[in-house]
Parts: sequence; C-alpha cells; structure tokens
Amino acid sequence: MNGRDRAANYSARTTRREFLKAASASFAAAAVGAHSNEARAAAPRVVVVGAGYGGATAAKYIRKWSGGRIEVTVVEREAAFVSCPTSNLVIGGSRQLADITVPFDGLTKWGVRIVRDEALDIDPAARSVKLGGGERLGYERLILSPGVDFIYDDIPSLASPEAQARVLHAWKAGPQTAALRAQLEAMPDGGVFAIHIPKAPFRCPPAPYERACQVAHYFSTRKKKSRIIVLDANEEIQAKKAFFTGAWESLYKGYVDYRPNSALVDVDLATRTLKLDFENVTADVINVVPPQRAGAIARRLGMANANDRFCQVDFLTYESTAQRGIHVLGDAIQVAPLMPKSGHMANQHAKVCAAAVVALLSGEEVNPAPVIANTCYSYVDDKRVGHVTSVHAYDRTQKTMLVVPGSGGLSLTANEEERVFAEAWARNIWADMLM
Amino acid sequence: MNGAMKFRLLCCAVAIAGLGALINAASAADVGPYANLGRDVAANCANCHGTDGRSRAAVPSLAGQDAAVIVQRMKEFRDGRRAATVMQQLSKGYTDAQIEAAAAYFAAQAKQ
Repeated sequence: MNGRDRAANYSARTTRREFLKAASASFAAAAVGAHSNEARAAAPRVVVVGAGYGGATAAKYIRKWSGGRIEVTVVEREAAFVSCPTSNLVIGGSRQLADITVPFDGLTKWGVRIVRDEALDIDPAARSVKLGGGERLGYERLILSPGVDFIYDDIPSLASPEAQARVLHAWKAGPQTAALRAQLEAMPDGGVFAIHIPKAPFRCPPAPYERACQVAHYFSTRKKKSRIIVLDANEEIQAKKAFFTGAWESLYKGYVDYRPNSALVDVDLATRTLKLDFENVTADVINVVPPQRAGAIARRLGMANANDRFCQVDFLTYESTAQRGIHVLGDAIQVAPLMPKSGHMANQHAKVCAAAVVALLSGEEVNPAPVIANTCYSYVDDKRVGHVTSVHAYDRTQKTMLVVPGSGGLSLTANEEERVFAEAWARNIWADMLM
Repeated sequence: MNGAMKFRLLCCAVAIAGLGALINAASAADVGPYANLGRDVAANCANCHGTDGRSRAAVPSLAGQDAAVIVQRMKEFRDGRRAATVMQQLSKGYTDAQIEAAAAYFAAQAKQ
C-alpha cells in the first residue's frame, strides 16, 4: 500500500469512526446535561502537552484550521515561553532573557485553554491525561511536545540534582541560560571556559558551536586573556562546519581550541575537571550538555521505541507508532534522515500534525504528501549571522521524510545581511506559535 | 532459472504492477486532489513570512500579493535568476503544483 492509499484509508476508516465516536459522545453529553452548552459539548477535544515550538504551534493551528470547532487545552509547566534559538546571545551578552521571552496570552485569543501544570500520566483506554494538580483531561486526540530530558546515567558525579545545578547545561532556555552568563561574568580574565558536546543526536546541532562563538565574542571584547575549549564527543563539528571553523579562524584566532572525539567519562566537581577517555581538562567554568531523550511523558506506554530514547511517528500525522490517538512532535521524535532537531522543525511538524488532527476529527482526507522545511540561523557575534536550510518531502515508498534532491544549503561565511533575516525569523516564528 | 520460468515470472510481475496501477488510479479517483495543499504549503512559509503571510518584521509579507507574481519570484529563485540568501535553496524543494497552490492561498489572504 503506498502513502496515498494509506492516507486515504486512514481518512476513510479511522476518521469516520472517530468522527462518529466524537459525535455520539457529544450527543450523549448533550442528552445528559440538559443545561450544558451544546455547542461546547459537541466539540471534539484535543489536549496538547508542552507549549514550545511544537505544542504551541499545534494548539494555535488546530483552532485556526478547525474554525474553532475543536476544543484545545494546553498543559504547560512554565509561566512564559523562553526561546532556545537566540538564547546563546544571552550567554554572549548581547541579549537579555526578556528579549527571548513571549507570554502565552496570545494563545487564549485563539480560544486555547492553558493549564499551568505538569502532565504526569496517560490513560490510553480512558483517553485521559492526569495532571500534577490532580485534574484529569479527557481527549479524542493527545499531542505530546515535551522536548527533551537529559540522561545523566553515564556521568556518575552528576547523578544528584545538586551536582546538576552546579554544572550547567543551559540547553533549555531560562534560568540556566542566565546562570551560565553569570558564571562567565564572575570568571576572572585569564580563565578557561570548557563546553562538552554529547554524541549526536542532540537538540539543535549547530548550537554548541554557536555557543563557543558567543563566548568567544564576549572574551574577545571583554576578557582578552581568557580561552575556550570545545570538547566534542563526535568526530567532527555536527553542523555548518566550514562556517564555524571559518569564524574561529578569522574572528577568534587563538580563542577557541576544538577537540573532537572527546567522550566524557565523568566530572570532578571540586576541581571543575572534565574527565575524558584520554585526557582531563580543568576549567574555570564548565558547561556539560548531557545526552538527551524524549521528555518523560512521551516515554510512557512504549512510545520511546527508537533506542529507548526517541519516539517513532507516522510522518503523515505525527501519531506515535506505538499508541493510536497520541501524537508526538519536535525534539522528542526519532527524526527522519538529515532532519535536525530544531525549533523551526518542531513548528513544521506541528502544522502537519494540526492539519492531520483536524482532518481526522472532521472525517476528511489527511494530506497524503506533506512537505516541510528547516531554516536555522546561527550568530557568530552580535551582528554576523549564517544559515542552513533544507526541504523534506514525504516518501511514499520509505514512509519517511527525505530531503528533496537539490534543495537546501548554507552560508559559507557569517555576514551582516542575514542578521536582519534572523531577527525577522525570530519575531515571525514566535508570533506564528503564540500570537 | 530457465527461460520459460523467467518469462512466467515476468508476466506475473507485469500483471501485479498493472493491478497496482489500477488500484492506485482507483483510490486517487476516490479521494481526488488534496483539498488543503495551498494552505499547508503556505504554512511552511509562515515561520519567516508570518502566519498566512502577514509579516511583522523585515521579511516581506505575502498575504494579498498577486499569485502570478509570487509564482514568478519562486521560479526566478529556483532557476538562480534572482539573488537571495535562503530562497534559492528553499524554492528548489517545491514542485510547480505546490508553489502555485501556496501562491493562490496567499493571494486570497487579507493584507492585514
């Protein structure tokens, strides 16, 4: 069966069944509660866990594309959205956290209900999500966009929350971003900043190298005797290699010492030493980006079925391959070949998923051939930027997303022209998710 | 494997392929073209050009623009005739049908 047949069958069988189920449930609800709001009772319910690049976008677009016919509740732990993309500039000192923070209020204008809580568990038979505060939210479709959790299993000294609070990851934008900036500011000139990068896959492949540039920007303007050591568990730079090495050579000569094949064995907290396979590196500020896996809620019910870390999905709908009715977006999924774990990508997953969920809950056809794109900007200082792009189309034979031959590319060198586009990207994508 | 067996296998393969084509044609006729192609492709552009092509920043708005002009620009990017930072690379990822459907969607959107 090819992708189109599959999509058509999906639409014909699953949707009709779900559509009837939602309709009969609402009829029952209307019959029981004579005083209930019938229009509200008739609406199918979608619960979204996580209001980042994936979840917020899905919530908005389901409301938009269903013309408000589908009820959407978002469960989110944080009070406001803080963007990971652009957060390295806070570490470099040219932006403040406030510059990359967006309130969730805009979603309520779309009719999205936002519940500030944590999703603890899912009952797939009852189709409900249990929240930390005790509430249970029923759904016809559940969308999980929880981002990543860190894996500390192979870094023994970082097992405790206390140790984790001292050796920052700053890989989720927010308090840790500000804390890493504070550590760099407190470091005397002549000090060393060391960052450790885990083996791929990890969230945002260019980000560790962009961070090295941002710290180098700070040092080269304010702490000229200080140095940066980049310890990469991978055998080479994982994204925009020529672009970043070019920046290190031209802008930051002598500041950045890049060491590939540097797998982390453990950390000595007292001496701030990173213990590697073949050497030990002591620094004044150490930044360990741990290995990652899907956020906890998406690892339940057997959904983390790719190496026990990430969630395999049907790329026509982003429905988990392990659980019907539950969709997974963003960094938590097992990506298709050459698909980066990026905020931009999560936003694009979310729109394919939103279109599919609206179709499935309305008895309509699911898009049989989705196409999505990635555009990712990296800043080498406070004004020079470069990009990487790719376009990914659904392949019916392999049932995955493949890069369209000939599409995509990257900047060879950092330039000021692209800063304008990078800033416009941030403003427009944040609005696309949250306004 | 002898010649006769090869021939029988070939006939089988042709028959199966033919049957597959018939089934494909039938299901394609059942569902017709995907109704929301333009809307879905246009949503790809929103990350930089704004939701429904209404930009809030330096990247141009596409909402309410003439469809023929959007198609023309995209083809110029794709053919390398129009200078760009990301648009040459991105435009090469889309078919004519996708570009035309998205352009029609943008053209139908209110500018504000």
